[in-house]
Amino acid sequence: MTLDAAAKLAYDISRVRKDFPILDREVRPGVPLVYLDNAATSQKPQQVLDTMRDYYEQHNANVHRGIHTLAEEATALYEGARDKVASFVNAADRREVIFTKNSTEALNLLARTIPLAAGDEVVVTEMEHHSNLVPWQLATQRTGATLKWIGLTDDGRLDLADLDRTITSKTKVVAFVHQSNLLGTVNPVDVVVAKAREVGAITVLDASQSVPHMGIDVQALGVDAVAFTGHKMCGPTGIGLLWGRAELLDSLPPFLGGGEMIDEVTMAGSTWAVLPHKFEAGTPMIAEAVGLGAAIDYLSDLGMDAIRDHEHELTAYALERLQRVEGLRIIGPATTEDRGGAISFALDGIHPHDVGQLLDELGVAVRVGHHCARPACLRYGVPATTRASVHLYTTTGEIDALVEGLDHVRRYFSR
Amino acid sequence: MTVDSMYQEIILDHYKNPHHRGLREPFDAEVRHLNPTCGDEITLRVQLDGDTVKDVSYDSEGCSISQASASVMADLVIGKDLASATSTYDEFLELMQSKGQLEPDEDVLEDAIAFAGVSKYPARVKCALLAWMAWRDAVGQARGEVGESTT
Repeated sequence: MTLDAAAKLAYDISRVRKDFPILDREVRPGVPLVYLDNAATSQKPQQVLDTMRDYYEQHNANVHRGIHTLAEEATALYEGARDKVASFVNAADRREVIFTKNSTEALNLLARTIPLAAGDEVVVTEMEHHSNLVPWQLATQRTGATLKWIGLTDDGRLDLADLDRTITSKTKVVAFVHQSNLLGTVNPVDVVVAKAREVGAITVLDASQSVPHMGIDVQALGVDAVAFTGHKMCGPTGIGLLWGRAELLDSLPPFLGGGEMIDEVTMAGSTWAVLPHKFEAGTPMIAEAVGLGAAIDYLSDLGMDAIRDHEHELTAYALERLQRVEGLRIIGPATTEDRGGAISFALDGIHPHDVGQLLDELGVAVRVGHHCARPACLRYGVPATTRASVHLYTTTGEIDALVEGLDHVRRYFSR
Repeated sequence: MTVDSMYQEIILDHYKNPHHRGLREPFDAEVRHLNPTCGDEITLRVQLDGDTVKDVSYDSEGCSISQASASVMADLVIGKDLASATSTYDEFLELMQSKGQLEPDEDVLEDAIAFAGVSKYPARVKCALLAWMAWRDAVGQARGEVGESTT
């Protein structure tokens, strides 16, 4: 047996799919689900569903505030999930992992607490999801700082040609996306970080679309903070993650005030808890954190390298097949180089909304619209795109169903 | 329920050959409405002559449902008196909120009866209503009522 064949055996897609009950359902009688909307949210394996059910059936209590058995068990499970996250992204210290509601909240936490003033500049990119754009618009408007951005090239990459003019000694924060949810582009983190470090700027990485598909090492990336979310990595909704260097997080004021985030409270004032609790006001999303822990176990058992390889093959297959559909234009890189498995495209003369509707009739679930990345859509002259996105359980057969569906769409609208 | 109930011939005809399209002068009010979830947008102008809708012109981008709806809407309201055009608007709104339960009145809605099937698809109702909402807003502004310029 060759090494390749061995790797393929190790990643048994039909066994993987059995872990996801929803993949067996029919959208309507006789029409099986073909789920290609994974960049919006992933499906959940039975292991995650069972873990959350078991949490509520056997261990449910509030955390950090009881000495009874259930409270101790719930606390251990909740903090155990933090350990799993820390290890999954190779954080140097578990206190650097903050549970939030989602990526958006993690990014807002930073945009609300990193000190900015008039004359300061914040740099983002033109391919940001609104979640890593609007919070910085608000922050710069509130403080009188200036928002700048790195533009895009015609083939869907960051235009790094004028990086020296965009990131300057005035730059306080460089916030950018690791993998674009619209274009699929994987950005050269090292290049941006090197420039940001030169000028002493804080670097913030939106890794919502990269963590679930390639895994990350926060120390190797060299950034100061990373936001990502549970529901795109086979975990539940309602749980997001902020990782930040302890020195950075220690230096920031609290985000939300309330229970759990305090050290000492008097009527006159309060002092703050140490990390990570300083940024976790109120009862947290306990069951969701525990579910996320199970998702991380699931991903780790499969192996992020195996997942990445599987999705890379699928992406190559999809790009190749899609580009042979008449009148189809890929919005984003057309090759697999530095690219993930979220593929946006325009179909000549047919609006994405109509494409999505007719595909749904065939059971094929894709996302249509501007994907919360409207500036990038404007950049490429399209009001919206159709986006197909793969995950660890996607098959080439599902890509075939998409391509056949697109042929059907074209026939339907040319009648 | 099949998708053919939504994509009626009438709708596809209006989509491929839209009526009254293109921005014209003169006009009393211009509005721009967006459908933020899907990226549909319309810029629409209204010209009134007393109580008559003298002209409706528009420039728009979007799916077949939103484009066909703008075309049908312009056919229905141009030349009508405001009271009658507004009651057509009310009736179309009611049809779109009916979840497929209402039998549309062809005497009032004419080609717009073709959108009855769209009302069964909640995600698409706002596509069908985009131009109508823009028209209602523009009429309000032309008459000096306080309105919103975008949705």
